[in-house]
Amino acid sequence: MNGSDQALARSASSADAAPGDQPGAARDAHGRGTAPRKNGGTSAWRRRLYRWDMKASPYAFIAPFFIVFGAFSLVPLLYTAWYSLHHVQLSALDQQTWAGLDNYRNLFSSEFFWNALKNTFTIGLLSTVPQLAAALWLAHMLNYRLRGSTVWRVVMLTPYATSAAAATLVFVLLFAPESGMVNWALDLVGLDPVNWRESGWGSQAAVSSIVVWRWTGYNALIYLAAMQAIPTDLYESAALDGAGRWQQFRHVTIPMLRPTILFTVVVSTIGATQLFAEPLLFGGVSGTKGGSEHQYQTLGLYMYDQGWMVGNLGKASAIAWSMFLILLVVAALNLLISRRLKRSSR
Amino acid sequence: MTISDVTPPRAGAEKERAGAPGPAARAPRRRVMGAGKQLHAGPLTYTVLVLFALVSLAPLVWTAIAASRTNTRLAQTPPPFWFGGNLFKNLETAWDQAGLGTAMLNSIFVSSMITVGTVLFSTLAGFAFAKLRFRFSTTLLLLTIGTMMVPPQLAVVPLYLWMTDLGWANHLQTVILPTLVSAFGTFFMRQYLVQALPSELIEAARVDGASSLRVVWHVVFPAARPAMAVLGLLTFVMAWNDFLWPIIALNSENPTVQVALNQLGTGYIPDDSVIMAGALLGTLPLLLAFLLFGKQIVGGIMQGAIKG
Repeated sequence: MNGSDQALARSASSADAAPGDQPGAARDAHGRGTAPRKNGGTSAWRRRLYRWDMKASPYAFIAPFFIVFGAFSLVPLLYTAWYSLHHVQLSALDQQTWAGLDNYRNLFSSEFFWNALKNTFTIGLLSTVPQLAAALWLAHMLNYRLRGSTVWRVVMLTPYATSAAAATLVFVLLFAPESGMVNWALDLVGLDPVNWRESGWGSQAAVSSIVVWRWTGYNALIYLAAMQAIPTDLYESAALDGAGRWQQFRHVTIPMLRPTILFTVVVSTIGATQLFAEPLLFGGVSGTKGGSEHQYQTLGLYMYDQGWMVGNLGKASAIAWSMFLILLVVAALNLLISRRLKRSSR
Repeated sequence: MTISDVTPPRAGAEKERAGAPGPAARAPRRRVMGAGKQLHAGPLTYTVLVLFALVSLAPLVWTAIAASRTNTRLAQTPPPFWFGGNLFKNLETAWDQAGLGTAMLNSIFVSSMITVGTVLFSTLAGFAFAKLRFRFSTTLLLLTIGTMMVPPQLAVVPLYLWMTDLGWANHLQTVILPTLVSAFGTFFMRQYLVQALPSELIEAARVDGASSLRVVWHVVFPAARPAMAVLGLLTFVMAWNDFLWPIIALNSENPTVQVALNQLGTGYIPDDSVIMAGALLGTLPLLLAFLLFGKQIVGGIMQGAIKG
């Protein structure tokens, strides 16, 4: 750090250090940079400084990331493990006593933990699968030669600009059992209304639909980028072999997209494991419980509820670490499956 | 970067398809593909796309409709399909009584600080990883990418305890500091600079005796500017929408927009039209950004953005 600080002082004191970030600025730096070498008196010192600068500056440049990440993510991560082995109550933060595996035992014997785990899994499935399938379909269509292609892309991405909080508040009204738009539409086509707040699958589907709505366009763009990188000749030879559009999609596009699909599956799975804002706000007053019967309480909600509503931060830490371990298992499974897929496709 | 960018003339679209700003490695392939393959979309495709677009936009439009109505009207069936006259009254109520005014200012401040920090630190680190030689650089880069796997939940309990100890609970720096850097941003800038910044340019500056900071200011920043803009937009969206940590770290006295929306949504006497006005307000800045920079945001995500 020190070396670059000195370098900063030097460049600041140079006569015309006006910020020049026009294209020509690089050439300016070129010309100005020669100046210090000419006043030879301190050149040995300068050379040493320069060498030091060369050596230290890469570390100085990457330092902020590692310092901030270390201080606010890595160290806390380890402390979370530590706290998960202690009794820590929100009401008495100074009194932390050793608990051993009490928090974990408490957790694994709680039906609400298993309920939250199950809900996280089903809501994750309900939101990830339709989301990625729709994204793939959408990307396929956006990959055609379209009028106003950029406009379509921007429109499909607008839900991404909506926060989970704002989106959920809207969906709460759309899914309102009495006056909501969804039940009104169901009634129009002659279907019975669904109690989207209280019923098990109904409320989970409603929560999932918020996630699907927000992220489908985003994933479609990622697929679109990958589709545009597929070489044309593959399609041409497929067409020569008599493959129709659907067959081309199935036998050319999908296999070429496999790494991208895997990537989005992993990212969406991570997102689903951490699902929090949508069920919290969907529940309104009973938000942290995930509905009156805990019917859509996810692990993320359960952690928040135990930590900040019930006030048991030790248990919340244990939930956080359990979530992490589950994530690692999911990631490992993903890796395993993708290896299997790769081998079988050879 | 104006509204006209969102609807470019066809020539502009072609240029984009050829991969103009993207990593050069991909460019030749894209160009080959742009030449022949793309089939024209048929009427069926347009129909389905219109449906997708409706599903994307309808909830937002309906938010505005609901925000312009009264609470009693929202409780009737069928729900309103057109605007009423109560928009400004509801916005005012949300702004004053629900404290969305303060929340908006807080969110703007927090998101701006996070954006500046993330863009600056990501560019510096990305430049080091892309162009500078130093020991362990590959290992450190892999480590950086690996950190993306760490979920934020894992840090919140200790962070909460420490911030309470420091007396920082409810202060905005509590939200800003942990989010000031980004592994994704670092990787994003690295990928961009590997291609977009010619090594000769750096070497030439070096030969002339330019210090590292001088190189950064006069060579790296100008070359990185397009990617910095995209990363800045993506970061702003992400920071604005961040939920878990702000909700733990801040309370009703000093909320960000998301925290205020949560309080609005879990209020015991909810007025739906005011809640919708709040939701509209909370999304408005991002929708404006989309109107202005939609094309850049789309391009940034297509270059490989990762879900925050």
